[in-house]
Amino acid sequence: MEVVLEMKDIRKEFPGVLALDGAHIEVRAGEVHILAGENGAGKSTLMKILAGAYGKDSGSIVLGGQELDQLTPKRAQDLGVSIIYQELNLVPYLSVAENIFLGREKMSRLVPGKVDWKALRGEAQRILDGLRVDIDARAIVRDLGIAQQQMVEVAKALSVQSRIIIMDEPTAALTTQEIENLFRIIREVQSKGVAIIYISHRLEEFAQIGNRVTVMRDGGTIATLDVQGTPLDELIRLMVGRELSDYYPKIRVAAGQELLKVEGLGRTGVIRDVSFTLREGEILGLSGLMGAGRTEVARAIFGLDPLDQGEIRIRGRKVTIRSPQQAIRAGIGFVTEDRKGQGLVLSLSVGENITLASLGLFTRWSHLDLGKERAAIGEYLHKLKIRASGADQKTLNLSGGNQQKVVLAKWLLSKAKIFLFDEPTRGIDVGAKIEVYTLMNELVQAGAGVLLITSEMPELLGMSDRILVMRRGALAGELVRSEATQEKILSLATLGAA
Amino acid sequence: MQAITQPATPELRPAQGRKTFSFGGSLGALTGLLLLCVAVSFLSPHFLTTRNLLNILQQISIVSVIAVGMTFVIISGGIDLSVGSIVAFTGLVMAILMKDHQVSVWLTVLIGIVCGSLMGLINGLLISELSVPPFIATLGVMSIARGAAFTISGGAPIFSLPEKFLAISGRLGPIPIPAIVMIALFCLGGYILKYTKLGRYTYAIGGNETASLLSGINVRFHKIVIYTLSGCFCAISAILLTAKLDSAVPVAADGYELDAIAAVVIGGTSMLGGEGKLSGTLIGALIIGVVNNGLNLLLIPQGPQRMVKGVIIILAVVVDLVRKRKRR
Repeated sequence: MEVVLEMKDIRKEFPGVLALDGAHIEVRAGEVHILAGENGAGKSTLMKILAGAYGKDSGSIVLGGQELDQLTPKRAQDLGVSIIYQELNLVPYLSVAENIFLGREKMSRLVPGKVDWKALRGEAQRILDGLRVDIDARAIVRDLGIAQQQMVEVAKALSVQSRIIIMDEPTAALTTQEIENLFRIIREVQSKGVAIIYISHRLEEFAQIGNRVTVMRDGGTIATLDVQGTPLDELIRLMVGRELSDYYPKIRVAAGQELLKVEGLGRTGVIRDVSFTLREGEILGLSGLMGAGRTEVARAIFGLDPLDQGEIRIRGRKVTIRSPQQAIRAGIGFVTEDRKGQGLVLSLSVGENITLASLGLFTRWSHLDLGKERAAIGEYLHKLKIRASGADQKTLNLSGGNQQKVVLAKWLLSKAKIFLFDEPTRGIDVGAKIEVYTLMNELVQAGAGVLLITSEMPELLGMSDRILVMRRGALAGELVRSEATQEKILSLATLGAA
Repeated sequence: MQAITQPATPELRPAQGRKTFSFGGSLGALTGLLLLCVAVSFLSPHFLTTRNLLNILQQISIVSVIAVGMTFVIISGGIDLSVGSIVAFTGLVMAILMKDHQVSVWLTVLIGIVCGSLMGLINGLLISELSVPPFIATLGVMSIARGAAFTISGGAPIFSLPEKFLAISGRLGPIPIPAIVMIALFCLGGYILKYTKLGRYTYAIGGNETASLLSGINVRFHKIVIYTLSGCFCAISAILLTAKLDSAVPVAADGYELDAIAAVVIGGTSMLGGEGKLSGTLIGALIIGVVNNGLNLLLIPQGPQRMVKGVIIILAVVVDLVRKRKRR
């Protein structure tokens, strides 16, 4: 197959950081080329150089047979490179058609300066239909789900006759069905001869969609392999650079006393009649399709959304939780899905984030004892092995895994016993994921209870003691660890029966 | 390759948290202030005299006291446009109490502070309980307070206030009392920002309101407190202003909101909230004060003075942006 892109010996240095050194990638027409590696391995930097967002210090780029010295975003686009970022780049209040042709509007031939909306819409719809997706070109982007918005991005990339489409973790926010649909579209695009560079942390996707995989580590390329015939643990070993004895280091702990019991939880139109118990030492998985009401259950328990029905008992005692303050006082910690948007105050330091929910511990006569606070911060930085230059480091500059640890440290300090984890490993790399699992183990070993909401099936199966499956706002069933399989969970989530 | 792997063990530097009076974040502004002082002292021999410098402190004290409260508001991610009107209204309330009702000076001052705080409380309630955007809520209260000032005074100034009240604008030895009040309030504000929950929460709420809420911070309550505090500082400013002028007029303190915001912004506090320092605000206020004083000494009229002030505001923010971009 024809080679459409070759990047060789790319080197890129940022002040104080060598981001890339000896990075190679070779991409052929019509292939899905997976770019794998831990966070900080240099994948994004390499792709940003390809998209013209960064300049390279040295190395060569051959794109479509042309040797190129420096790329600009415009030049990269003209040469057929499109990049779909994780944070989608669409204008929410414009229509699908307007977004697809943003900046390249077709002008009317009759009235000067007037956009030919009809032609624009027709062309947009033709591309969407060509992808066999059910999206109206007139729809407003804001009203579409994330999966559909992604399809719009793909359509946009196709409309500029892209030869290479880079997708950065496209499935991070999608449900299983939506992922299936995305893969179908990727294959569709692939069959048109377009090359796709696919960045993902989800190892199980590699075999489903990829042809070849390039593994990066510490800014350089380690290997390029055929996906078929490369076992997963071999890939993990290449990515991490060390043997990972167990991807899901589950430690089973004998369940202790009942920590949390919810009965008949209901909120009109969102969740209904949700009842379950969580014991000390237990990881309770909560599964379901997106929109099934999983996060809503956690929000209700944490006092963020008012309940219409039901009661919550903690250690057998009935509690009223109408605000996060009350939830925290009752010993609940909420590790939210959106780490940067909801979990952390990025403008505060690492230390200030850790103590944010427990400042009362260091306050006397409304005076904050900063020395005492510092000591506690030091203890938790050490305990959770948070890689920060110190308590004063801005949280913004930490890696995803370390940010997640800061959130955990906050709840450990607040003496939480019940941990609500909502997609705790989204967007963090393999090594950091394992650290999060290890922390979960430590939590339950110390007698805490964990409610684990996750869309990643292997994680759910790997870490949970029991699994609850939700469907349309209600519990569809419960499976114990030994009997749970992907198929059973899926059929409960979609059909309501195993 | 080694360069990008982080150290595995956290190196525990002493964490000072937020420094009350470190000039780290506002170093640019401090440099600007010093350069300005050097320039003006070359241009006018009258600038670098104890008397003139104390005068500057006296002159900036009224707006600076407002700017202390404004710093809290802006760090929390809000804005308070009503400050000038609250100063005028509170000043009139106090003047009327003393002139028409012979209320004692101490009680008047106390009522004045309660009155300003209540106006701030109204801002806080509108913003927290009714979710009115701060810009709109305080814009409305700005007009209401100004209108109330005209209404209760009938539009006429009130003057010849009791000597005891006017003494507030006097001197303690060589030092103007308003300057002492100002410094004391800066210290108090700095203490609150660094050493209390309220201070920490102000930064947290301005940085990320949702995350603050999820960390168990009573965001609504603390916002109310912050706006009430701003109103309280306005009342103190009203006391200083009314005592200095020996009169209360409904048009008093017109445009002070913009001067206070300018001081905060020149001092390096982000209008987006979450970051900022009171030391910066003090430097910002001093820069404005030195510029005004210098131009006065050089006999430059009002028109160009205002233009220069505008240029400085823009310059301060541009310099700050350029510095931040370089750091990246």
